[in-house]
Amino acid sequence: MVEVNLWSGLRAFADGKDVVEVDAKNVGEVLRGLVELHPGLEDVIEAGVSVAVDGKVIASGLMEEVMPDSEVYLMQQLKGG
Amino acid sequence: MAFDEVKTVDFKVVGQRVKRPDGMDKVTGKAKFGADVVAPGMLHAAIVRSPHAHARIVKIDTSKAEALKGVKGVVTRADFAEGLSGGNLDVLENVMAGEKALYDGHAVAAVAAISPLIARDAMKLVEVEYEILPHVTDVDKAMGADAPVIRAGTADKTVPEGMHANVVRYHESGHGDVDAGFAEADLVIEDSFKTEATHQGYIEPHACLASMGEGNGDLWCCTQGHWNVQKLCAAMLGLEQSQLRVTASEIGGGFGGKTAVFIEPVALALSRKTNRPVKLVMSRSEVFRATGPTSSTSMDIKIGMKKDGTITAGQGTFRLQGGAFPGAPMEFTAMCAFAPYNLKHVKQMGFDVLANRPKQAAYRAPGSPMAAFAVESVIDELCKQLGLDPLEVRLKNASAQGTKASFGPTWDRIGLVETLEAAKAHPHYSAPTKAGQGRGISCGFWFNHGGETSVTLALSEDGTAQLSVGTPDIGGSRASMAQMAAEELGIPYENVRTTIADTATLGYNEVSHGSRVTYASGLATIKAARNAVKILCGRAAAKWGIDEDAVVWEDGFAKPSGPNAGEFDPIPIDKLTQSMGRTGGPIVGHFEATPEGAGVSFATHIVDAEVDKETGQTKIVRYTVIQDAGKAINPAYVEGQFQGGAVQGIGWALNEEYIYGEDGRLQNDLFLDYRIPVASDLPMIDTVIVEVPNPGHPYGVRGVGETSICPPLAAIANAVSAAAGVRLKELPMSPPRILAALDKQANG
Amino acid sequence: MIHVNTKVNGDEVEFLCDPRETLLDALRDQLGLTGAKEGCGTGDCGACSVTMDGRLVCSCLVLGAEAEGKEIGTVEGIANGEKLHPLQEKFIEHAALQCGICTPGILVATKSLLEKHPDPTETQVRYWLAGNLCRCTGYDKIIRAVMETAADLRKAS
Repeated sequence: MVEVNLWSGLRAFADGKDVVEVDAKNVGEVLRGLVELHPGLEDVIEAGVSVAVDGKVIASGLMEEVMPDSEVYLMQQLKGG
Repeated sequence: MAFDEVKTVDFKVVGQRVKRPDGMDKVTGKAKFGADVVAPGMLHAAIVRSPHAHARIVKIDTSKAEALKGVKGVVTRADFAEGLSGGNLDVLENVMAGEKALYDGHAVAAVAAISPLIARDAMKLVEVEYEILPHVTDVDKAMGADAPVIRAGTADKTVPEGMHANVVRYHESGHGDVDAGFAEADLVIEDSFKTEATHQGYIEPHACLASMGEGNGDLWCCTQGHWNVQKLCAAMLGLEQSQLRVTASEIGGGFGGKTAVFIEPVALALSRKTNRPVKLVMSRSEVFRATGPTSSTSMDIKIGMKKDGTITAGQGTFRLQGGAFPGAPMEFTAMCAFAPYNLKHVKQMGFDVLANRPKQAAYRAPGSPMAAFAVESVIDELCKQLGLDPLEVRLKNASAQGTKASFGPTWDRIGLVETLEAAKAHPHYSAPTKAGQGRGISCGFWFNHGGETSVTLALSEDGTAQLSVGTPDIGGSRASMAQMAAEELGIPYENVRTTIADTATLGYNEVSHGSRVTYASGLATIKAARNAVKILCGRAAAKWGIDEDAVVWEDGFAKPSGPNAGEFDPIPIDKLTQSMGRTGGPIVGHFEATPEGAGVSFATHIVDAEVDKETGQTKIVRYTVIQDAGKAINPAYVEGQFQGGAVQGIGWALNEEYIYGEDGRLQNDLFLDYRIPVASDLPMIDTVIVEVPNPGHPYGVRGVGETSICPPLAAIANAVSAAAGVRLKELPMSPPRILAALDKQANG
Repeated sequence: MIHVNTKVNGDEVEFLCDPRETLLDALRDQLGLTGAKEGCGTGDCGACSVTMDGRLVCSCLVLGAEAEGKEIGTVEGIANGEKLHPLQEKFIEHAALQCGICTPGILVATKSLLEKHPDPTETQVRYWLAGNLCRCTGYDKIIRAVMETAADLRKAS
């Protein structure tokens, strides 16, 4: 199980929680797990999120490995200029 | 992908100030930019644009235009694909208006004719009937109860109840308890700031040449990302993506503004309709009115500090308008605002607001400069009132590896402290200032990006290399790529030729943005070169009859790995490539991936400014940029990015702004009145390259292109406020604003 | 259409142009000399700089017809075949260009400066170039390249 930290604005879609536990081995599974537990998160996740795993920002990749003790933070998707 | 072996010493080519390969063509006028090509039978296009900020389009009558001698075709929204949704629909709506004109300059129709002058005359003959609607251009007014609704039903689920329909997205993040934090502080400052929209100001207007055939097409355009152009244009024209081949021309500046499409779908639609190539070039006025300026912002900041300089809490509310479409980068403003600081209690909120303005586009680090302006101004004020040194306070509270970022995750290896220490040690910081001068400093932060990247490295029979990348060269990256390939192959820099391939020649490549090119295309180049080296070693191994693992590559030669492998003379690369057709086939290294592991980049700027209290004019007297580049592949071009970003920041801080009239029309749509910095405005810009390697790149590279625009707004505001003796809270700090502030201070 | 006879970079040329066409349009569209660029069309950016009878002008503010009987100098005429002018060499050496769109105009302008003022101060160079916008470099490396070229040319002469 991985602890996923949501940004505070997402609490409304996760029953007031800002940390959600999911069963996942990579970023893609983290996102799928979140939506399964809290369908209200689907729109935001579909719109695009980046995920920080142990301080490394995964802009869009779904295959990056996630360990049970990884620090995982959801972030709004990164774009540049 | 973490690189256990981050090469840090013994670079032979990387780190040198090599000559860039496109230099010759650019100093002789040979280089071909967007508007520099022609095609047989080519037509010229012109776009009809709304002169109203907000209006329903009642009717478009193109008959007079079509009847003009020399006109070959006219298009409107009806000539584009239907059934688009989401982001694609927003882009199409911006490219060619549907039911409403949403801003002054919004495209409503386009004509193609046999000469540019006839096209211009025909454009004036298109008759559009408008029903003018009330408009709003200011971000705060657009959120107010009386504001006209620009596009109903655009808000997403994140927007809190009770907000105006023009508020379309909301962001909130942070941690701790800010009220508790403020209670701990010895001094709390709360203040509001505003910045006006600015334009990237690239000197080359958008230009393209489109040629449509039966179900397929060729497009030449100046762009930061031709695969993105391919994707969007295919959607808007109802084409399959692979049937559209897009070639990127040399690009005369982008800075984020050429990551979107504005005229390309129009040129393609006209070409399809007329069955001839169509050239479309924007005028400077069109560029200002109808491409992608930045958001304008309205921000509230509250920060608490103890007497010893510890920041106890930070809170920011950021309202950004991004034109008549969702997408103002308010979440980046929010996430970057307090990023340089290790805060126990922090809260940031962002609002994305619609206004009757063109659809915003990125300008270097989108959203970040404005955040820095607001936050760093308040920190500066706190330091002043508490009698603390601004650099020491920043060092005391600086984010570092292991501290928690304002947006959540724990930082990995970052270089903020190193830039602050370098600033402290720099002679600029201790140099005395003269009377009438003020000094300001600021930190700045940007994320940097990875993105889809495909690279191919083909070896020629003579042992030289052809490197194909898909990221348009917007900062000198061709040279850096060649350096990295040469470094890996162990061949001279001059033996590698880098080409920016078209969309038909390589796998997908994300846009050149997010400071990603040296990082991602560079990483891919290194991997592709290592791929080629592996094949070369394999050929040597076969020739020697030993195991592949027993061969190493050194300085352009295959060598046995040790005396146990056997006694063989090293084979140079050209001997291996000469016979490659017969020893297994042509040798090509390639690499395709979406690398994740772009390193973030911090900077500290120091600026001295002098304010003439009679005229309100500011002179930048001295400027120093200190930024973490991870590893500078080509120091001259890294310095160039530092200097360019800083000067854009100087323009943004002191003079550049979009000025809208009461009628919602842009008043200053030419370089005369949208005045960017010129050579006589500026001193030399000193630079210090700090190198704290990024563990996510084989050589430690961090992107450098964007962070340089993050600190200047704040650093200059702090310098000007010190010089003028009054805090400026609105950008730009143009002479009228400075005089007004001085006046207000004198007269209360 | 107006028939214009003129000299460009030392070559006698002729072209037809609409009375409304600018010299910039004529150079680019009629003569295929795309070195001069249109950055603004209103004489504010200098990307279209050329010399006309030795005088530095914005070709977007000159009509094509006005070229009749004149001598026009563009960026394409600065190098001598394969041999680059010292300014061009210094620009490459100093990384005084990034995207390169302003470079032709700046080269024409600075060549003109150094021919008239071989020993300019940094301030004089900056003010001479005030009509040439560059958005990429912040001007620093451009000024350094020009100052160094001026010094080299003075030493050589």
